[in-house]
Amino acid sequence: MSPAARLVTLSPWALGLGLTLPIAAGLAGTIAPALRGQGFAALADWPGLPGAVALSLGTGLVSTLVALAVTLLLIGCLQGTAGFALLRRVLSPLLALPHAAAALGLAFLIAPSGWIARALSPWATGWSQPPDLLILNDPLGLALTAGLIAKEVPFLLLMALAALPQADAPRRARIAASLGYGRAMGFALTTLPALYRALRLPVFAVLAYGMTNVDMAAILGPSLPPTLAVQITDWMTDPGLAHLPTAAAAALLQLALVAAAIALWCLAERGLAPALPALALRGMRGRTLDPALAALTKALGGAIAFGLFAGLAGLALWSFAGLWQFPDALPDSLTLKTWAKAAPDLAATSLTTLAIACAASLAALALTLAVLEAEARRARPLRIEPLIYLPLILPQIAFLPGLQVLALTLLGAKGNAAIVAVAHLLFVLPYVWLSLAPAYRGWDSRIGLAAASLGTSPARIFWTLRLPMLLAPVLTALAVGVAVSVGQYLPSLMLGGGRVETLTTEALALASGGNRRLIGATALLQMVLPAMAFALALALPRLVYANRRAMLARQEAG
Amino acid sequence: MSGLTLDRLAIDLAGKPLVRLSAHVAPGEVLTVMGPSGSGKSTLLAALIGALPPGFHLSGRLLLNGRDVTALPTQDRRIGLMFQDDVLFPHLSVAQNLGFGLRPGGTRANRLARIGAMLDRIGLAGFGPRDPATLSGGQRARVALARTLLAEPEALLLDEPFSRLDQGLRAEIREMVFDMARTLPVILVTHDPEDARGRVVTPLGDRP
Repeated sequence: MSPAARLVTLSPWALGLGLTLPIAAGLAGTIAPALRGQGFAALADWPGLPGAVALSLGTGLVSTLVALAVTLLLIGCLQGTAGFALLRRVLSPLLALPHAAAALGLAFLIAPSGWIARALSPWATGWSQPPDLLILNDPLGLALTAGLIAKEVPFLLLMALAALPQADAPRRARIAASLGYGRAMGFALTTLPALYRALRLPVFAVLAYGMTNVDMAAILGPSLPPTLAVQITDWMTDPGLAHLPTAAAAALLQLALVAAAIALWCLAERGLAPALPALALRGMRGRTLDPALAALTKALGGAIAFGLFAGLAGLALWSFAGLWQFPDALPDSLTLKTWAKAAPDLAATSLTTLAIACAASLAALALTLAVLEAEARRARPLRIEPLIYLPLILPQIAFLPGLQVLALTLLGAKGNAAIVAVAHLLFVLPYVWLSLAPAYRGWDSRIGLAAASLGTSPARIFWTLRLPMLLAPVLTALAVGVAVSVGQYLPSLMLGGGRVETLTTEALALASGGNRRLIGATALLQMVLPAMAFALALALPRLVYANRRAMLARQEAG
Repeated sequence: MSGLTLDRLAIDLAGKPLVRLSAHVAPGEVLTVMGPSGSGKSTLLAALIGALPPGFHLSGRLLLNGRDVTALPTQDRRIGLMFQDDVLFPHLSVAQNLGFGLRPGGTRANRLARIGAMLDRIGLAGFGPRDPATLSGGQRARVALARTLLAEPEALLLDEPFSRLDQGLRAEIREMVFDMARTLPVILVTHDPEDARGRVVTPLGDRP
């Protein structure tokens, strides 16, 4: 066996160990201080604990439930219509939007001094000053929940669309319709069970993220008390180190909460599972549901698209705004001042962000390709696939601090871009995998067979046939990787040890201050980097295969 | 007039004629539409059930027992459909699959009794609680037929329904389908001369 072939054979092991070892070590490193010190006692004494726990559970569960419901409504009520095609085209690119940018955009939109209030003032509201309302950072976490929903619907929608062909959706819908079923009812009874099975792990990832995220919660969530994850981060990054045991105990609690929420979710699944078959037996066609559900779905989908896009437009506008006093709907003038002043800093930060993103994405792509190729060569499905979801389902806050300590003691690294890139790899890998695996596995294997019968080696088949034919999905996977890396907050903060500034850490640092122009510029760049990656991923295959009609048709269809 | 009438049904795509059909199919009659793949068979099928993709141009009328169903959504046409695969829902039991087809109404016990009677008719008595995946190809085809008929369609559309069955089964299932649908107008779409019965035309209305 050639060295390259051996590397391919070993790559599933590299993937499995590469995912589990750092996570296990990180978990151990996080938990250890909790067991040693008075962490649990201190945590129990913290008066904010019940509120923080309730917020974490409430915002996570509610946002996941609503995001899943909206996603299923979109697919169940609108799929195949012109409205759906439009919504899909509008929502898909928003997947690449970093969470922090989405949150900041939304904050600029709904804040008492935000764009909506400005647009309605003073003619409708009578306000000449921003009202003293707690719309943002409200104590119930409603703004945070709304932000999470808006950001997770595009993700779940894309995962669902990828899973639909396996659910044999079009034919089942046709059968249901020919038997007289309404669109929504037919979807629920025939396609939903298979679709949901494919959506389960992504839903758990959304739930875990909703409960434990720091970036969106810091921007949109309440502050007294904040969500548990935000409080843990405050304690962890406290320079005095005095709160470390408390933080470690809280991280352990956070982990238990996520486990409990997932267990609760599974229990609810089990309770609800018999409902659909029982309903099928009753034969109710549900025709009357369709108009109301379709209207509701359009309203929800439209609100999400509006919220995200108007938010982003607001960010962009602020970064070019001259004087923009409160009730004015638009700034007095547009200027390049903000950009000119911040250019040197922002350029350096963007370069760091881009370098980390490229390194992590390329490494993730190489590993993903090697493992998928290993799978193709041994012609047996991989058993390690569920492991890929591990970094998405375990709360980052539960193992990153341990990983930070480990990196510090083992490598003596006091935070540099390389360590941050390695940490990003952990979170980029699952998304690159999810993005590439369906296309890789769907490749017409008869082509490989035809080549093999001509005496072509597996390596040659990979480099000269499979990879070039899969150019478009490979580049898309890379772009997804860049988007995910650019959006990472906690890994950059923790492993960077405060020395590595990325656009996202910068945006979060600015968020608590009031410089909307600089926040707008930073968040805008946060969006521009992934957008450039996706533009390249779209344009390059068209350029390379300009004279290959079948390749372009494939891209349109995919 | 009872039966299914294709009144100067014409479908074009980008100016190219795909379907030109005028026919009346009386209850108990079979019209076979035959032609190689790409000949407009699936276009005709989509038009008959009301699932023609955008871009196709349809003219003429489709009448079912005197109702003009040309513009109706699939759900309101009452045209039963059978694919070449059975498309049984794998997450539902055999009885639940049939219950899905059975028109709404009636108590649970009443519905179960009607499902049981149908299982009797197709020679699968006692198969209600079974997982469809444990059935043979012929049994699955019979369940699919029963599910279609329990919705009480006014016409039946068969999309190469026998092509996946092996020779022995094929004749048996074919006879069962036409026997159970003998009060309905039936349109059979196929590329296989062996399956053809009744009047045979191509999508463009010619004799094959």
